[in-house]
Amino acid sequence: MSKARWRKARWVGLAVYCCVALLAATSCGSDDDDDGSAGGGTTTTAADTQIAGLGPTLEEIKQKAREEGEVNLVIWAGYADKSWAKPFTQQTGCKVVTKDGASSDDMVDLMGTGAYDGVSASGDATLRLIAREDVAPVNFDLTPNYADVFPGLKDKSYNTVDGVGYGVPHGRGPNLLVFRKDKLPAGTDSWAPVWDGSQAGKLSIYDNPIYIADAAVYLMATQPDLGIENPYKLDQKQFDAAVDLLKEQKPQIAKYWDGTTYADQVTTFKSGETTVGTTWPYQTNLMAAEKPPVPVTSLKPKEGTTGWSDTWMIAKNAAHPNCMYLWLNYIISPEANAKVAEYFGEAPSNSKACALTKDANHCDTYHATDEAWWEDVYYWDTPTTDCGDDRGEVCKAYEDWKAAWTEIKG
Amino acid sequence: MSSVPRVEPPPRATPGRRLSSFFHRHPFGRAASLLAAPIGWLVVVYLGSLVLLLMAAFWETEPFTNDVVRNWNLDNFRRLLEQDVYRDVALRTITMAGLVTIADAVLAFPIAYYMARVARPRTREILVVAILTPLWASYLVKAFAWNAMLGNDGFIGWLLEPFGIGPPGDSVGLWLTFTYFWLPFMILPVFTGLERIPNSLLEASGDLGARSLRTFWKVTLPLAFPAVVAGSIFTFSLTLGDFILPTLIANEQFIGTVIYNERSAGLPLAAAFAMVPIIVMTVYLVVARRLGAFRAL
Repeated sequence: MSKARWRKARWVGLAVYCCVALLAATSCGSDDDDDGSAGGGTTTTAADTQIAGLGPTLEEIKQKAREEGEVNLVIWAGYADKSWAKPFTQQTGCKVVTKDGASSDDMVDLMGTGAYDGVSASGDATLRLIAREDVAPVNFDLTPNYADVFPGLKDKSYNTVDGVGYGVPHGRGPNLLVFRKDKLPAGTDSWAPVWDGSQAGKLSIYDNPIYIADAAVYLMATQPDLGIENPYKLDQKQFDAAVDLLKEQKPQIAKYWDGTTYADQVTTFKSGETTVGTTWPYQTNLMAAEKPPVPVTSLKPKEGTTGWSDTWMIAKNAAHPNCMYLWLNYIISPEANAKVAEYFGEAPSNSKACALTKDANHCDTYHATDEAWWEDVYYWDTPTTDCGDDRGEVCKAYEDWKAAWTEIKG
Repeated sequence: MSSVPRVEPPPRATPGRRLSSFFHRHPFGRAASLLAAPIGWLVVVYLGSLVLLLMAAFWETEPFTNDVVRNWNLDNFRRLLEQDVYRDVALRTITMAGLVTIADAVLAFPIAYYMARVARPRTREILVVAILTPLWASYLVKAFAWNAMLGNDGFIGWLLEPFGIGPPGDSVGLWLTFTYFWLPFMILPVFTGLERIPNSLLEASGDLGARSLRTFWKVTLPLAFPAVVAGSIFTFSLTLGDFILPTLIANEQFIGTVIYNERSAGLPLAAAFAMVPIIVMTVYLVVARRLGAFRAL
């Protein structure tokens, strides 16, 4: 065969291959379209809590779990530390296998693979998981510890749809204002230094589209005429105002941090590279543990703040539904819940956990029982086009939040 | 008595022999059976996954659940063209890759020249080991080390302090880090390129009356240039695609970080944006080939 003909044959081969691949993909596509349109908006009945292979009573679940012998979880790193996962395995015979999710988006992706029994989802992932029908409602009769969960965490928009509960509350925490005592006035109790330019070049900010809600919380207090009531339900005008505020803030930021670089925040506050910003209680614990301790104060400012309330959910097609139900019940048991809450510096979800924490004051420090304290903490939620009020379907969906965040970062 | 000439009996037609003669008669079959596995791998696994990824660029996501919907359209590309931010990010990344490449070339050439033409064999060995050693260290360890060095009370800030200069900004810091990371990938091809220049050419140049500087400009540098271009393929493409160093060191977004951030809830847009480095690298490779870089590799 001549060289030229060889060359031709090569290209023809590649072209044929591409065509075949394209055809394969398009034919798959037409199959999947039906699934896509079926997502969202379906109502669930109590019968839906039945998952294939799940025992009808707690006793039978315990027996069947012994046969399953394993539970596969998608978690926020550390949510199944062996100090409470090991006792679970001893009690139930279910080995705990985990996969860390890097972000809420990542967790939604992982659950979509169908390879996992359950997930510890934050409020900005839960509704997406429900709409994609990746998770099943929970039958709370089979999770007796649910009775002791704080009422303030039950029946929330991020874990309950049309009166049907989709998971058990894991615990909650606020995103706090943190600042160097020696660099900012002593009485600081407002988000203002983060937004007004007084600490330009010294800000430490959480790097995620959901941070747009933090701008909205500040606007709620400072520009009441925008009429923001829920920082996750922003119409065009409110959204634009928040994005503009964030664009003004961008050049003042010294360092972004996120779920993978949070330890960096400790370093920058220590060196004074950053003087004020947002933080999780977890990092303030790390800063206090430094030698000498980093001179910072952290608090919930007067404008209120965003926060998280995580929910353990069960996959609709869980391969180990019995082990997963036992885990749902176990992780909100007073003993396990107390361990998790202290490990992360968050408020436990089980009211009886407060008596079991190593630090007797843990629940007071983290306001676990003080419902009034949580009133102006807006838990992470999934932004949707449905505003949930008389404005109708004019709010900005998460897709827009993501695009805006890319734009803000420039 | 006449002896009958001995005729070799034809070998028994075992399956092995039959196969052997089949391949002898059919060179195409021989090539096909040898290459089927590697080409299958290359086309199905390597190119196939790439094609699948790029097809996602023509799909869209469901706005609420972020599910990929296989609905063919060009919206992602429209968004990339209409929103300034993507153009800014692409230009910033390409500029960074260019600056890193230039810095690496300037740093690598003297080192490679010393190794190839000046150093004694023993010194050369030590230098090769010294250049390769950092490649054995973990990427993340090096990244965090640079992150610490570039910090407010870091080593580089301390070095610059006596001159009244503050610690380097994000962009300069990232540029320094990238230059450090990819330097070995520039030194090694240039070293090989310089080593391959025959001494006779340099001697001929001297015999014809050229002084050493002129020999360097007229003989050494032109002959080594394809090797520099070959090295630049590595430094340029590695900078273009990296997303870890920009995340750790800079606040600015680069092509890699945008794709990384989009990948989980906006795969189609990420796939569309991934076309940008592919196009840039294709152009780069075509130019590099013209400059003879592939022969220097």
